[in-house]
Amino acid sequence: MWDYVKLVVLGVIAVLAAIAANYARDLAYMVNAVVVMLAAAITFIVVLRGVGEPKAVNKNEYMDGVVRAGVIATTFWGIVGFLVGVVIAFQLAYPQLNLGHLTDGVLNFGRLRPLHTSAVIFAFGGNALIMSTFYIVQRTTAARLWGGNLAWFVFWGWQLMIVLAATSYVLGGTQSKEYAETVWYIDWWIVVVWVSFLAVFMGTIFKRKEPHIYVANWFLLSFIVTIAMLHLVNNMAVPVSIFSSQSVQVTSGVQDAMIQWWYGHNAVGFFLTAGFLGMMYYFVPKQAERPVYSYKLSIIHFWALIFLYIWAGPHHLHYTALPDWASTLGMVFSVILWMPSWGGMINGLMTLSGAWDKLRTDPVIRMMVVSVGFYGMSTFEGPMMSIKAVNSLSHYTDWTIGHVHSGALGWNGMITFGALYFLVPRLWNRERLYSLSLVSWHFWLATIGIVLYASAMWVTGIMEGLMWREVDANGFLVNAFADTVAAKFPMYVVRALGGTLFLAGGIIMAYNLWMTVKAQPAKSAVNANNAVPAE
Amino acid sequence: METYTLLRQFADSWALLVLFLTFVGVFAWVWRPSARKAHDEAANAIFRNESKPAGDASRVKEA
Repeated sequence: MWDYVKLVVLGVIAVLAAIAANYARDLAYMVNAVVVMLAAAITFIVVLRGVGEPKAVNKNEYMDGVVRAGVIATTFWGIVGFLVGVVIAFQLAYPQLNLGHLTDGVLNFGRLRPLHTSAVIFAFGGNALIMSTFYIVQRTTAARLWGGNLAWFVFWGWQLMIVLAATSYVLGGTQSKEYAETVWYIDWWIVVVWVSFLAVFMGTIFKRKEPHIYVANWFLLSFIVTIAMLHLVNNMAVPVSIFSSQSVQVTSGVQDAMIQWWYGHNAVGFFLTAGFLGMMYYFVPKQAERPVYSYKLSIIHFWALIFLYIWAGPHHLHYTALPDWASTLGMVFSVILWMPSWGGMINGLMTLSGAWDKLRTDPVIRMMVVSVGFYGMSTFEGPMMSIKAVNSLSHYTDWTIGHVHSGALGWNGMITFGALYFLVPRLWNRERLYSLSLVSWHFWLATIGIVLYASAMWVTGIMEGLMWREVDANGFLVNAFADTVAAKFPMYVVRALGGTLFLAGGIIMAYNLWMTVKAQPAKSAVNANNAVPAE
Repeated sequence: METYTLLRQFADSWALLVLFLTFVGVFAWVWRPSARKAHDEAANAIFRNESKPAGDASRVKEA
């Protein structure tokens, strides 16, 4: 019966999407409507082929199929996101690579840039968070995921969102909000998927067999709930037509700017920090085979981070139309935030106390430790840059981009790589990784890549900040904007090379993970769940 | 009194006090000495139930 309901709904969606494509007012909308139609049609066929088949679900197993799919998606989108990043880095150094006269602007920096940020944050990072959440919440609550196939809906719904966003960006669909460029109908789809994600997570927590909720789950829950809140408020918009991707924001002026950076900074705070801290509090102790250094500190870390982070957003709007008190508030909270961040870093690092020798022997733990180190470094750099006097030099320069990347590549990237190396042998029931020396290669390529990237951006950022404010004896500005652009060229090349090294490391990881599954025999299964069916 | 001023006064006084006391209260609550056993127990939760969910019986036993 349920299958027939699904078939009817999917059929209706496919027909409506076809009608929408027909009436589309712009190209991005039309292509998105066709993608939705195809997605509904494919899902229709998959459901149709399964009608009447017995659906055996073993309640005594963890639901790991969706985690395996998440591991594959994380790796794939990671490579795609890094590749687009390398392309746009070279475009900045060599503007001819925009190929404007050949592609009619489709591959312009302005369109590829949101493609890059969304691919690495929401496709790579988002898949990493969703699959780790599904893995961690099951292991720490000793309960199978709640909601049956709802977890699969979350997985495929998120992939559909990524494809819609990517095709929309390159065809000019955007609502011009940084890290929230997706147009109004994609925003609504994100709400549907995200609420399902919350339901799966909360349902599993409610039926937990462990009495205490492990601290990683607190971070993951705060990540899911806060992102839902941020997304809803920041994307309040009225579409100009249901057949158009264009919309008008409900708020305007400085209110809109404040909402945007309240969203933007807390997307960093709760998506890229709280969510990934949830991963840290599970994967680091597991890989080190020791409990977290101080459980008390982890609880303090959680509450302090939650209390403080949400106020830090205004530091993105120093010296603007934002009232002075609001910008000072943002600065003060950003500086205070340094303390819980370093508390968490110490907690992660000290988890290895008494087992430091593992750093020499285990490249996976080395990756995780370097990741926590970068977390510490960028959570020191961030508060410093939020101070008004520093910000007056650093803002609008490449220093900001360097800061973001030492956090994103160093902290988010490295902890995700560590998690992938941890998960693949376990999820596919293999004895060990295919090659530890390839993990070391990945580690060094990625680390050197980040160092090149960050140092190039420090140099170019401070240089252009100083050039912009340089005045001669008569008080006239010395440099034209184009002078700073010309002076930045060597650093842009170094940055692109750093990105290339990071991408090369990612490709080595993909090969290593592939061979871990492909070239090694399965261990004898502990239970039916470990016995991965031949596909 | 206009809404902004009213809310602003409330935020500067009672709301600030409640948030601050909650914040300090969390620290005190976490650092109470009697919690040590429960925290050690919780920190080791990740090393249980690695390969399959716990049966219904284990809920009582673990605590």
